[in-house]
Amino acid sequence: MTWEMLVGASVLAATLRLATPIALAALGGTMSERSGVVNIALEGSMLVGCFFGVVVADRSHNIWLALAAALLAGLLLAALHAYASITLRADQIVSGMALNILALGLTTYLDYEMYGTTGTPSDLVAVPDLHLTFLNGIPYVGTAIGDQNWIVWVGLLLVAALQVFLFRTVLGLRWRAVGEHPRAAETVGVNVRRMRYAAVLASGALAALGGAYLSLGVAHSFTDGMTGGRGFIGLAAMIFGRWTPVGALGASLIFGYGNALSTSLQGATVGGVRLPVQLLGTLPYILTILAVAGFVGRSRAPAADGLPYETEGHA
Amino acid sequence: MSASPPIVEMRGVVKRFGDLVALDGADLVVQEREIHALIGENGAGKSTLMNVLYGLYRPDAGTIRLRGQEVRLRSPRDAIASGIGMIHQHFMLIPPLTVAENVVLGDERSGPMLGERRLAARVRELEDRFHISVDPETKVEDLPLGLQQRVEILKVLYRGSELLIFDEPTAVLTPQEVDELFVIVRQLRDEGKTVIFITHKLREVFAVTDRITVLRDGRNAGNLLTKATNASEIARLMVGRDLKPPAARTPVQSSGTALEIRGLQAKSDRGAEALKGIDLTVNAGEILGIAGVSGNGQSELAECILGLHEPTAGTILIGGADIAHDDPKRTRERGVAYVPEDRRAEGLVLAFTVADNFILGKQDHAPFSHRGVLDSDVISANGDRLAKEFDVRPPNARAIVGNLSGGNQQKVVLGRELSEQPKLIVVNQPTRGLDIGSTEYVWERLLEQRARGCAVLLVSSELDEIRALSDRIAVMFEGRLVATLPAAEATEERLGLLMAGHTEGAPA
Repeated sequence: MTWEMLVGASVLAATLRLATPIALAALGGTMSERSGVVNIALEGSMLVGCFFGVVVADRSHNIWLALAAALLAGLLLAALHAYASITLRADQIVSGMALNILALGLTTYLDYEMYGTTGTPSDLVAVPDLHLTFLNGIPYVGTAIGDQNWIVWVGLLLVAALQVFLFRTVLGLRWRAVGEHPRAAETVGVNVRRMRYAAVLASGALAALGGAYLSLGVAHSFTDGMTGGRGFIGLAAMIFGRWTPVGALGASLIFGYGNALSTSLQGATVGGVRLPVQLLGTLPYILTILAVAGFVGRSRAPAADGLPYETEGHA
Repeated sequence: MSASPPIVEMRGVVKRFGDLVALDGADLVVQEREIHALIGENGAGKSTLMNVLYGLYRPDAGTIRLRGQEVRLRSPRDAIASGIGMIHQHFMLIPPLTVAENVVLGDERSGPMLGERRLAARVRELEDRFHISVDPETKVEDLPLGLQQRVEILKVLYRGSELLIFDEPTAVLTPQEVDELFVIVRQLRDEGKTVIFITHKLREVFAVTDRITVLRDGRNAGNLLTKATNASEIARLMVGRDLKPPAARTPVQSSGTALEIRGLQAKSDRGAEALKGIDLTVNAGEILGIAGVSGNGQSELAECILGLHEPTAGTILIGGADIAHDDPKRTRERGVAYVPEDRRAEGLVLAFTVADNFILGKQDHAPFSHRGVLDSDVISANGDRLAKEFDVRPPNARAIVGNLSGGNQQKVVLGRELSEQPKLIVVNQPTRGLDIGSTEYVWERLLEQRARGCAVLLVSSELDEIRALSDRIAVMFEGRLVATLPAAEATEERLGLLMAGHTEGAPA
């Protein structure tokens, strides 16, 4: 085992790459839960984002249309969740889980119908990497961040923007108020329903951007169930990050680093003993369980998180 | 009489909920710059009438005039725009936000960005104008309840309300906080505001209001000048009959110690020191009142005795045996009954029938079950008998408990707990939220148990209740009993000071 394997530039580059889809899902979760709606359909939003991004990329050969389609697909799935949990006041976990199953079934079926056994075409338009050529000469930094995908940078920008939005703007104050005490917010004239719809739709679009990153930015193809639970890991990162965008990014980077290590330590030995990489690969998930159970970084959910809200009066 | 039209004139207001008539032609006339009491029993329609005025309910009939102009208030937004503000009984505050954020929420009057410092300055200006002081940059969750209420008042003032509705504002306050609230309310009047003060406590009516409207069964039962009336007249108007005089107190028929607690310590659910060494005894045939502001360890004390909370040190002796670490089932088998603080969450299963609630905890033995199978005939006969004996209304043991009124729910709890001749009863806030009639009933039942020779540990934050029932009164403050007094020496003022932690001059 060498330092290179632990903190080399390529490990850091991989960390950022692997953290991005998780961070986007975590951002989605943060925005939704800050308004009081638990959205575990993020996994599904991500998956339909992956798929419909690829389909439109294939048909239109226009990356902008493809991205728009990905976001729209994720947003529509989230809209179903919003309707079920806000308007119908259904159980948010049941609705979210049902939509995840729907997303998996739908994409798997359509994938088979449209691309059969040959798979998606290999000449798909893709979201390009951003080559920061001025960093080329700088050791370490150039390799670590010089060739990241555009969506990685967009994601980082979103983290900063949403952090400011939630905690420094009027709309952000109302957004958090609705997630903490919707009745109090309503008595001072805040429209709880509208706020929550906006939040759930935004969360679907954010997760779908993470999906588009996976299919259009990295893999340049679609395979069934390719999100592999990243939407759920994103929810863990949200909790780990204490329901703040910056915290969510930090947690996602830890998970991403765990993933990156399990690749870079492949075949590494310590004192002659081979590292059990497969076991190391489970580290992010163990961290997840600890985070969810509250053992790591005790954090408090918004008080009205997951509770359906019924408007008072109207009698 | 002033020549200008009254600020509020509600006439013939009717409001039905299904078959229930909540308001049956209620009138309310409030003059500008007065403090107007709206008083009545639970269910008399006070809250419904105020919710109509605040735009939460649409009346089925009747008119509302504000300063002579007829208005239709379709939502709180309309009411706020018409200069009406409500200080809710359950605070409508968001704990993790700051005072300033809570005050301006929904009407921020800034650009898209919040600008915390500007907000705080604006709130401070408002505070100076109305002589209300609370730090705008503190988080609400770090404030005591009395200060949280000031935030509610600031919210309403910030929106320019001319008429402030206080919905039972003193329920959660210490006596000192109540006095401070009265000072603020008077200042508001002197600044030209009008106040409607909803309450069912007569003392408050006399302390702070100018005029009184009494509601009973959704109608006006009286319209009085505070200066020209007295407590018994108002009570009679509220209840519709004369109140029974308090039962004559017999001296304690002491027959030994029923409960002895030594050096009891416990942590709260959040891990803080909740009990810091409690020593007390309760004798058979005696009511020991535990006075104190909620949250000073009273609930932990009650729960430790029942075995619902694990003490970290100390002993709890009943009949010579230490039960500090027994579970509730074993403790109950020793003749301990328990009326918990929150009857809806801890005292009852709301979705069950009255009859089923009567046998909770007794379901696993005869006569209610045999070899694990419930005997529904016995359960139902027992339900009918207890429902009658404890005056549950309607007297239907098959009714779902969640549909009963608070007073009748409490009767179900009492029926279950008192029907088996307990030796010790632990009661926590037994009349919270109950109206005068139900309160009277609960008190009578507790005094009856005392006369029977049962020991009663009464936890209450209502001083009236503590003083009406207790033989001795212990005051709890921050996990300690700061004083124990014979009831005769416990004046309200003295108790109030002790409850606030002032122990000077009090016997140890």
